[in-house]
Amino acid sequence: MAAGAASGGSARADTYKDARGWLLLPSWAVLGIFVLGPVCMMLIYSFLTKEFRGGVIWEFSLSAYDQFFFDRGLFGDEPAKLEWTYITIFWRSIWQAGAATLLSLVIGFPTAYFIATRPEHVRPVWVFLITIPYWVNLLIRTVSMKFLLRDQGPLNDFLIGTGLIDSPIHIVNTNFAVQLGLFYSYLPFMVLPVYAAVERYNFSLSEAAADLYASKWTTLRRIVLPAVKPGVVAGCILVFVPSMGSFLAPDLLGGAKNFMIGSLIEEQFKGNAGNWPFGAAASMVLLTMVLIILMFSARQQAKADTAGS
Amino acid sequence: MKKLLKPSAAALALSVAANAAAAEGKLVLYHWFEYMPQELLEKFTAETGIVVTMDTYDSNESMLATLKAGGMGTYDLAVPGDYMVSIMAGEGLLDTIADGELANKGNIAPEWADPSFDPGRASSIPYQWGSTSFAVNRDAYGGDIQTTAILFEPPAELSGKINMLDSQGEVIAMASLHMGIPQCSTDREQLKALNAMLQAAKQHWASFNSDTAKEVLVSGDAAVGQIYDGFAAKAREEGANVEYAYPTQGYVAWMDNVVLLKDAPNRDSALKFMDFLLEPENIAAVSNYAQYNAGVSGVAEFLDPALAAQPEKSPHAGAGDGVFIEVCDQQTQAVYDQIWTNLKK
Repeated sequence: MAAGAASGGSARADTYKDARGWLLLPSWAVLGIFVLGPVCMMLIYSFLTKEFRGGVIWEFSLSAYDQFFFDRGLFGDEPAKLEWTYITIFWRSIWQAGAATLLSLVIGFPTAYFIATRPEHVRPVWVFLITIPYWVNLLIRTVSMKFLLRDQGPLNDFLIGTGLIDSPIHIVNTNFAVQLGLFYSYLPFMVLPVYAAVERYNFSLSEAAADLYASKWTTLRRIVLPAVKPGVVAGCILVFVPSMGSFLAPDLLGGAKNFMIGSLIEEQFKGNAGNWPFGAAASMVLLTMVLIILMFSARQQAKADTAGS
Repeated sequence: MKKLLKPSAAALALSVAANAAAAEGKLVLYHWFEYMPQELLEKFTAETGIVVTMDTYDSNESMLATLKAGGMGTYDLAVPGDYMVSIMAGEGLLDTIADGELANKGNIAPEWADPSFDPGRASSIPYQWGSTSFAVNRDAYGGDIQTTAILFEPPAELSGKINMLDSQGEVIAMASLHMGIPQCSTDREQLKALNAMLQAAKQHWASFNSDTAKEVLVSGDAAVGQIYDGFAAKAREEGANVEYAYPTQGYVAWMDNVVLLKDAPNRDSALKFMDFLLEPENIAAVSNYAQYNAGVSGVAEFLDPALAAQPEKSPHAGAGDGVFIEVCDQQTQAVYDQIWTNLKK
């Protein structure tokens, strides 16, 4: 997270410089075997011919990508049109993940700021408290969320009890429930990097801004936010990317009425369709999109760094 | 998606307990979740000294995917449903049981001894059978429920309160019954009409969920749920005022079967376990636990009396026929896959 420069080390002071190649070997091996290997396999599979009921036939074929981008009607014999089905599914996932990210930022940023401004010796306690709910399995947390939100659940009981509403609000099986679930699942991924950035922020800059008659809002916008931006960007990416591929929250809280990318891909391997090349192709499209987002943000970051120095 | 809350910890605890007894052999079982009582596995280990390890799955299709992705040679036995037995046989995943290899083969109930999905029981024995239909909360709706229209063209008071199984085979089979068309239709007009009917029906559905099919009925989140007969009985016993329907148009029947997998690492143990499950007393224990029916003669005396009295177990006089899910050829299946994707896009 773009924070290396602030930690005070310099390349020349690295005692283990000569051994660096060797020390990195295990990381490269792990990345190669467990990340690059499967991704390459997926890439190859996406260009193979589908075997009926799962599996692949080792013959080159573009039909997986053809299915993704072209619509040939229910019986596959109409003239090809642009296929909107999967674009819609991808767009829905992007939208849901984006909303969850925004929600995480709005809640996570003040939380992180609050923690970073506590006395040094109590900060670890606050960070520790943030992580406690995440000791419980994600599935259990998502199911509990459903119990809280449902029509006869505690939330609606409370709202009706206080007289705020007359009849229960339907939250479960809506898009909002999915966003809420994703937000809750990945909130610490937002809080922790933002906290790390705010903690390093030099608060005398805020004082200086105040001395120069900057309003609180201006200080936040022009001084604090630019300084902690790397943390915010990292937090957004860490929430957005897993949200895009998630299928637990959409299935349990959204009612699985509409595919998200994650469930669409899962269906190709574990469902009735058994279309492995298509599942692989959809994964490759997803991966490409994520890479574009990461590269874009890395370039923005690089630009900002150059401008700053 | 239907992979939630599986008790694989039970398998672990079991193998630990079993290690105390001198291990004379091993058996690796690939089984549905929440279906096999642990006491029964312990009993088998106590009788034979064979240590059982069990992994679980939540759908026939995910089991097939695991086996095709390198699971063969790991497992001895699996428990596919009717149509999946023929698919697995067609894929060459099943071993043949020679005559005389199963001492208790004669215990198989006559009506299940030669099923269409495994002629002559070449590779399988019956496990449990039952039906898939739907249950309706009687507090929410008092009218006639013996029709598939409850799912596909529901009355206003049930619209938006329906949970469907998240399973292509079961939803489309039921929809075909509703429309009175074959399950593997090649008639374009029928298929288009099926596609349109499902699109319209979806407007009335709240969710697709298989794992929580019972919970949503018990909690009242859903007033109608597509569900297996045993799950409906459990929902009723847990306090939901639900009635299980046997629609006049028909319902889906199913039978799970224990199959001997090709390249089973512990083939002898596997055959012993199959014989064990053909003992009326043992298979009755599964029925008592899962609340489905056994396919073995002479189980009646070992069954929980409450089980036989369950309304979910007995179709009424006006009920349509129970039909097995059919296996379509590749070209036909492609259209049904497209209809399912259209439904969930």
